[in-house]
Amino acid sequence: MTVLLEVENLTVDIPLAAGDLHAVRGVDFTIKKGETLGIVGESGCGKSITSFAIMGLLPQSAIRKAQRLAFSGQELADLTQEQLSDIRGNKMSMIFQEPMTSLNPSYTIGEQLIETLLRHRKVNRKKAVERAVFLLEKVGITAASSRLKQYPHQLSGGLRQRVMIAMGLMCGPDLIIADEPTTALDVTIQAQILSLLAEIQNEFQMGQILITHDLGVIASVAHRVAVMYAGQFVEIGSVTEIFEAPMHPYTQGLLACIPIPGKTKRGSFLGSIPGKVPTLIGDQTGCSFANRCTYAKEACLLKDVDMVSLGPGHSYRCVLSSEICHQNAREAACT
Amino acid sequence: MLIYTLKRVLLALLVALTVSILTFGLLHLSSDPAVALAGEDATEEDIQLVRVQYGFDKPLPVQYMTWLTNALQGDLGTSYYFGIPVSTLLAQRLPVTLTLGSCALIYAILFAVPLGVLAAMRPNTWLDRFCLSLAVSAQAMPSFWFGLMLIVVFCLWFPLLPVSGSDTWKHFIMPTIVLGTNAMPAIMRLTRTGMMDVLATDYIRTARAKGLRPNTVLLKHALRNAVIPVIAVIGIQAGYMMGGTVIIETIFALNGMGLLAYESIMYFDLACMEAVVLLLCLVFITTTFVADILNAWLDPRIRIR
Amino acid sequence: MTTQHGILKKISGDDDIIEPTPGQIMRARSLRHWGLMIGGIVLCIIVVLAILAPGVAPHNPYTQILSDRLLPPVWDSQGSMEHILGTDQVGRDYLSRLLYGARISLMIGFATVLLSGFIGTSLGLMAGYYGGRVDMFINYLITVRLSLPGILVALAAVQLIGGSLPVVITVLGFMLWVRFAVVIRSATMQIRNMDYIKAAKAAGCSSFRLIVTQILPNVLNQFVVIATLEAAHAILLEASLSFLGIGVQPPLPSWGLMINEGKDFMFFKPYLISIPGIALFCLVLSINLVGDGIRDVTAPENRN
Repeated sequence: MTVLLEVENLTVDIPLAAGDLHAVRGVDFTIKKGETLGIVGESGCGKSITSFAIMGLLPQSAIRKAQRLAFSGQELADLTQEQLSDIRGNKMSMIFQEPMTSLNPSYTIGEQLIETLLRHRKVNRKKAVERAVFLLEKVGITAASSRLKQYPHQLSGGLRQRVMIAMGLMCGPDLIIADEPTTALDVTIQAQILSLLAEIQNEFQMGQILITHDLGVIASVAHRVAVMYAGQFVEIGSVTEIFEAPMHPYTQGLLACIPIPGKTKRGSFLGSIPGKVPTLIGDQTGCSFANRCTYAKEACLLKDVDMVSLGPGHSYRCVLSSEICHQNAREAACT
Repeated sequence: MLIYTLKRVLLALLVALTVSILTFGLLHLSSDPAVALAGEDATEEDIQLVRVQYGFDKPLPVQYMTWLTNALQGDLGTSYYFGIPVSTLLAQRLPVTLTLGSCALIYAILFAVPLGVLAAMRPNTWLDRFCLSLAVSAQAMPSFWFGLMLIVVFCLWFPLLPVSGSDTWKHFIMPTIVLGTNAMPAIMRLTRTGMMDVLATDYIRTARAKGLRPNTVLLKHALRNAVIPVIAVIGIQAGYMMGGTVIIETIFALNGMGLLAYESIMYFDLACMEAVVLLLCLVFITTTFVADILNAWLDPRIRIR
Repeated sequence: MTTQHGILKKISGDDDIIEPTPGQIMRARSLRHWGLMIGGIVLCIIVVLAILAPGVAPHNPYTQILSDRLLPPVWDSQGSMEHILGTDQVGRDYLSRLLYGARISLMIGFATVLLSGFIGTSLGLMAGYYGGRVDMFINYLITVRLSLPGILVALAAVQLIGGSLPVVITVLGFMLWVRFAVVIRSATMQIRNMDYIKAAKAAGCSSFRLIVTQILPNVLNQFVVIATLEAAHAILLEASLSFLGIGVQPPLPSWGLMINEGKDFMFFKPYLISIPGIALFCLVLSINLVGDGIRDVTAPENRN
């Protein structure tokens, strides 16, 4: 399979009055055609910033650095704004968190859908409208052609998110980034939107980055999973590897927070990770999870921890050896 | 939309009625018009005569009702000072003021909106600071003084423009600048804030994520939403301008409503005063009304419910 | 276990950061705010000069010396240090008149805001606190007042009653309450819906007490901001009225009146109008800068 997106040592710094905010610190991953990478992590861990960095949508003050940030072999940092905007919405598109505010209230759904296509393809309005209707039906919107004349405020949140998905698909992109596409929606709608996304991704064989804080979502949709904490990937691997054999104490902690039917005893406490996320403002040294980690030692604080590879595709960021990590996982599972 | 428009029309009419009552009452109660009218040397008998002749002896509500019924039929009384029907006077003077007002408004918008947009695009740069200083200075400038200084510059130092009168388009240049400069700060500041708010919204991010060109994002997606609150302020400023014409038309001896207002006030010409206040008030109500309707029409969230 | 605890403490380190107090933040912000600083300094100078006018002014502002009419200011080749800013058309010292004029402007600004602030704040508090019909009525009042061409009504009223300082102040006070009412109303509405007000109500606090002890202190910032901006507005309006000859009456040295008296000579002696105009501009500008500055410092999120 061809490699779609390569990210190597991506960092994003945002200068603030109190000092530099190191929002993303050395993130590496690749995405192949037809593959879904799930990125999980708590709010504020840098998931969204990572996706904005890839799309080139960071706030003006933010500083993006990367050894390599290539889309279809083309280094994105070398492109002019004009060339970058040729790719955005065309080869690579994004679905945002808040469907309620992500559509322009002053224009109809139809206008906002077709302008993407008119921008990137040489088609007439009629063809663009046909494509919009086709995609709206694809994402499960009935009476699509009459919906085109409606304004965003006339649609429910679920419908708007479907419109956003259709908008992302207008040009048939190779890569789609979905940034918590379901957080703002009702639980019943969430499942529909997610299965819709998975279906479409499979049908068009796109690469997908799915950002969420919901591990259940990741387990059912993603092929590979990256666990993000304090601006870093702390573990990355296939779904089976992450869920069956989590290595990093943070991943283990996250998994312990999910109740499993039949396994978690009635009335027992759900897992939780004590402590809070460290501030990312100012210089960082050592493992950033150490202040919440049950296994933390002096050594954790002395120097930055590198990713340890466990074989193709699975690596984790911890000073502990893989045997000890396995041991910890088993003990944690027993209690 | 129709119900909304109807509601607004009704409110506007009610406000106009209240204002007419207020001005009528205020002007009649604050002094005895007959005393002023009869002149300084008038005897008590003369004053009484004037009082009866103009109907000032009747109770105020009766006077008001008479005035209102006449006014609704287009008869606003006769000016004591000019000696011709007030409606004729207004018809002569209104076009001048409306010309001045529209010129000033266009001038203000042409400067304020682009500057506001520029400032919003480059916040906290020298450009932004320059625009802000301009707004702050224009706000603190006494308009009558600004007018006089323009006369000194363009009539004394560089004799390019006529000092006073309303005969040619050249006569309108300085008044337009003074009146428009007055309205600029509010429009500029609101454009800037509105634009900055809009540029920070999620839908602008969406527009950029779609790969739209920066100009499309700015002019099609951002400006359209940012001007909505600005239009309301332009409506209000247009109304304020009508009041401002009193000073500006007096300075430049521009023969419009403002000068008429000044003259009628100076000479205690009650009928004329009432008519002018009411007319300017109607102009204000109309401009804000138009702005409201324009707003609703531009914003689909109000237009389509 | 002890070592672990030690590590935890070392890492979290939150306790070491000493948060600055709100007062310190405010002071730091004020000192960094250029507009506020410049405006504040200029305003202070004007206020001090106005208060000390009897001591500072070189001459009596009302004494006419007809032989010294229209003397040019000191920077002119014929000017002298005797009359630094020259004299006016009846031979009064212009600098002295300017200094005494500052008193009139400041008094107008202060007294008008006292009156209009009282009216506007009361109406705004009532509208915001009681809501419903009261709110509708006060909103209607605001609309009506906004529709009245302000300066025209002020002109007519002052002319009919007779121009004098107290009349001008009263008329302006009854005109300029709108912005107080609008802003205080919305601020009160926001506060009214907060939980601590509901709690105070549930505890049996009377409406009046609630407004005075809970709501009023919370709208104080906004009040100060509008008060400064409206004071500047009042000063400009007074100058306009006096300039039109329907305001403060001669021989009082109101700046607007000085420009009015000087305008007949402006082609020969432009300084007669430029000097009081610049003074007026500086005063209004400094007050506006202070007002804007206070808003930025107290509520940076509401920057405009």
